[in-house]
Amino acid sequence: MLGAKSLLSRLLTFSDFNTNVVLLGSVLLGMACGLVGTFTVLRGRSLMADALAHAALPGVCIAFLLTGSRELGPLLAGALAFGVLGVLAVMGIRRSSRVKEDAAIALVLSSTFGLGVALLSVVQRTPNAAHAGLEGFIFGKAASMVVRDVQLIAAVAAIIVVTCAIFYRQFKVLCFDRDFAHSAGLRVALLDFLLMGLVCVCTVVALPAVGLVLVVALLTIPAVAARCWSDRLGVMAIIAAGIGAMSGAVGTAISANAAKLSAGAVITLVAAAAFVVSLLAAPRRGVIARWIRERRLRRKIALQNVLRAVYEVQELQATRGPVAVCDVMLKRAWRPAELDSLLARAQRSGEIVREDDRVDLTSAGREHAMQIVRTHRLWELYLVTHASIASDHVDRDADTIEHVLPAEILQQLEARLREDGRLPGSLVPASPHAVAPASRAGVHG
Amino acid sequence: MNVFLTSSEWWTLATACMCGLLCGVAGCYLVLRRMSLLGDAITHAILPGLAGAFLLSGTRDTWAMLLGALVVGLLTAAGTSWLSRVGRVPSDAAMGVVFTSLFAAGVLLISRAADKVDLDPGCVLYGLLEFVDTDRVRLLGIEMPRAFATLAGASAIMFTLLTLFWKELKLVSFDAALATSMGFSAGLIHYGAIAMIAGAAVASFEAVGSILVVSMLIGPPATASLLTQRLGRMVFLAGIIGIVSGAVGTIAAVKLSTSIAGTVSVAVGAIFVVALVCSPSQGLLASWLRRSALTLRVRREDIMGSLYRLQQEPNTRVTRDDISALLRGPWGILAQQQLLSRKHLQRANGGPVLTQTGLIEAERILRAHRLWESYLWRDLALPVSHVHDPSERMEHFITDEMARDLAAHVSDTHDPQGRPIPRRNSGAE
Repeated sequence: MLGAKSLLSRLLTFSDFNTNVVLLGSVLLGMACGLVGTFTVLRGRSLMADALAHAALPGVCIAFLLTGSRELGPLLAGALAFGVLGVLAVMGIRRSSRVKEDAAIALVLSSTFGLGVALLSVVQRTPNAAHAGLEGFIFGKAASMVVRDVQLIAAVAAIIVVTCAIFYRQFKVLCFDRDFAHSAGLRVALLDFLLMGLVCVCTVVALPAVGLVLVVALLTIPAVAARCWSDRLGVMAIIAAGIGAMSGAVGTAISANAAKLSAGAVITLVAAAAFVVSLLAAPRRGVIARWIRERRLRRKIALQNVLRAVYEVQELQATRGPVAVCDVMLKRAWRPAELDSLLARAQRSGEIVREDDRVDLTSAGREHAMQIVRTHRLWELYLVTHASIASDHVDRDADTIEHVLPAEILQQLEARLREDGRLPGSLVPASPHAVAPASRAGVHG
Repeated sequence: MNVFLTSSEWWTLATACMCGLLCGVAGCYLVLRRMSLLGDAITHAILPGLAGAFLLSGTRDTWAMLLGALVVGLLTAAGTSWLSRVGRVPSDAAMGVVFTSLFAAGVLLISRAADKVDLDPGCVLYGLLEFVDTDRVRLLGIEMPRAFATLAGASAIMFTLLTLFWKELKLVSFDAALATSMGFSAGLIHYGAIAMIAGAAVASFEAVGSILVVSMLIGPPATASLLTQRLGRMVFLAGIIGIVSGAVGTIAAVKLSTSIAGTVSVAVGAIFVVALVCSPSQGLLASWLRRSALTLRVRREDIMGSLYRLQQEPNTRVTRDDISALLRGPWGILAQQQLLSRKHLQRANGGPVLTQTGLIEAERILRAHRLWESYLWRDLALPVSHVHDPSERMEHFITDEMARDLAAHVSDTHDPQGRPIPRRNSGAE
């Protein structure tokens, strides 16, 4: 706790220069990766970054063997070269053989990483003591970031933001409709390559900080989380960048405080937490919102079914008036308790009155019930007249659609049926099929 | 042989081979269902399973860890498909989310547990192949490394399951929808197969590390799929290739003193590349040879067709320059060599000319060409000016039988430009 407090105060006051440098670097990194990730996720290329990151390890080792120093520039150049080679290898295998992209990615990923590990064991035998940090590329060491690294990250982030802004419309078309992009005269292959180029640069710059196993998390999780919040590409990209930046900041802050927690892992878990929150709580696509919506719809449908059942039982009786609950029950495969609770709900909403085992529609309830029965029968009539479906087969279809048919379509249906002379003057047409007084098994009348 | 490898190195080699056999065979399902990356995801996600089982049980008991890893492996598969359905994201992105999160959790759990036990993230990645021989058990009267015994046991279980459920697995691998409509539960078989793969991964994991597991799960089956189209042979070949890569990689690693897991992965990749280049049915080399043979044949036939026109038809538009152009370049020179050695051509002043057999061969080509022109002109109503170019391409692919049918169909003696269509084998024997 004490540690957390002192960290918080350090962060808030920006008093510790080193922490600020690392924090700035991680934020920029998260932002850039989130932005690029938006496009790769939508383009269905998320795991290419995984192959790329693993392929970078032999590049790092070879660059180290050649230069003998841990200077970040040459190491990243080596990583970039091998990363690009890895991507080209995946594309080449997919084009020139029957092996599918997923197998190609897995194969390139594991073979190149194996090569990297083998080279690493060579590196470790060299007398040069500077090799001590190379393993950092596997799991990442955000804490070792210095001002020059952050300058590099800032430069790359700037390039990525500018490129995405310039090619925003092209990328948009590429992500959503490749064929259209092609027919609109865009160079699809070239755009794909540009996107993969951005992924390469992003991945390579992120390698020393988060490590090669988890780079793909930075490119994927923020974008997938942002997808929950918006259906618009621009908004999604901005949210993804925001979530990336936030994960970078929080993750670095936590791991800087606890020596043993690797930054890459913490950043990934923070992003994953952000994703879980998004998945649950997003207003339209979130799991909770969807569950509430579905529940509301189910309740609405159940209520409407009860109203229609009561109405139809009344219709069979000569007189409008209270009907027996057991007659209503026979209209549909209700369990007694279920029907009871539905009736109670309808009573609360003032659409039904109940006396012991007899129920009746109130005037509001009758209005509502007529509307539903009307929708149901209009649709049945339409199916019989225009879709040539036998009258004893239309009930089921109408049963599902009666709850969701919008008013406009209802008006059109009405106009259409009136033209055909199928619509009587009365508000509720007669059913085209026999409405059975009682049937079990859920398939009513 | 012990001058070659020490006895503990032989055990390492045997363990690597056994892992190749187990994972190579198990991975066929992943490659066929295009779920290779699930193998990658499962091996990464096993980490928190191992660490969690250790933290819960407090021991490094193999069974607890196997169970923990198996559970998490299955969770990854189920979680990925659930997430891509509920979160409405592409399944690869869902996989990226699930396995990176689990792996990150595993890294953190392990670094918490690391004080008490020799589990570190590095060894999870590259395994402990070098040291398998330090932990021995007695089995069937032979003292062997524990890792080898585990792998052998897992292989035995897997082969039993494969034999029992071969038909079902085959069906689901190729047509899950058909399997469902035939009354098999495709979902159950799928998760059974995934459990088998997770089991193979877990059994191999400790000895060889996650990276080699991915490599062995995907590399040998992908290589085998380049060599055969039959499932039985593919599984068999994948097992063999797994064993060979294990052996080759281990020997190379020992000789070069590099990391064994790393080198074996490289060997898997190298064997794939060899198959990609050399596969008899679909290798790059084979298809290059096929294309070259076709290019050569087309060039030979073009040379003969042009020479025939020049020699036999007085008012042709073909000139000596056209012939020289056809004879130039590597393909031209090679084609000319072949024609000379087949006695279709002979040298003369002012360039090669067709021999008697050459003329007969050329007539066959010209006949195909002009029949096709006639056909295009009559049946497809192409203008006369447009029938030459397509026929120039088509003439190389019209068999004698097709030519006979075409001749019966168009029943012309002259092509649309009024040039005679040579009759079948006219003047020959």
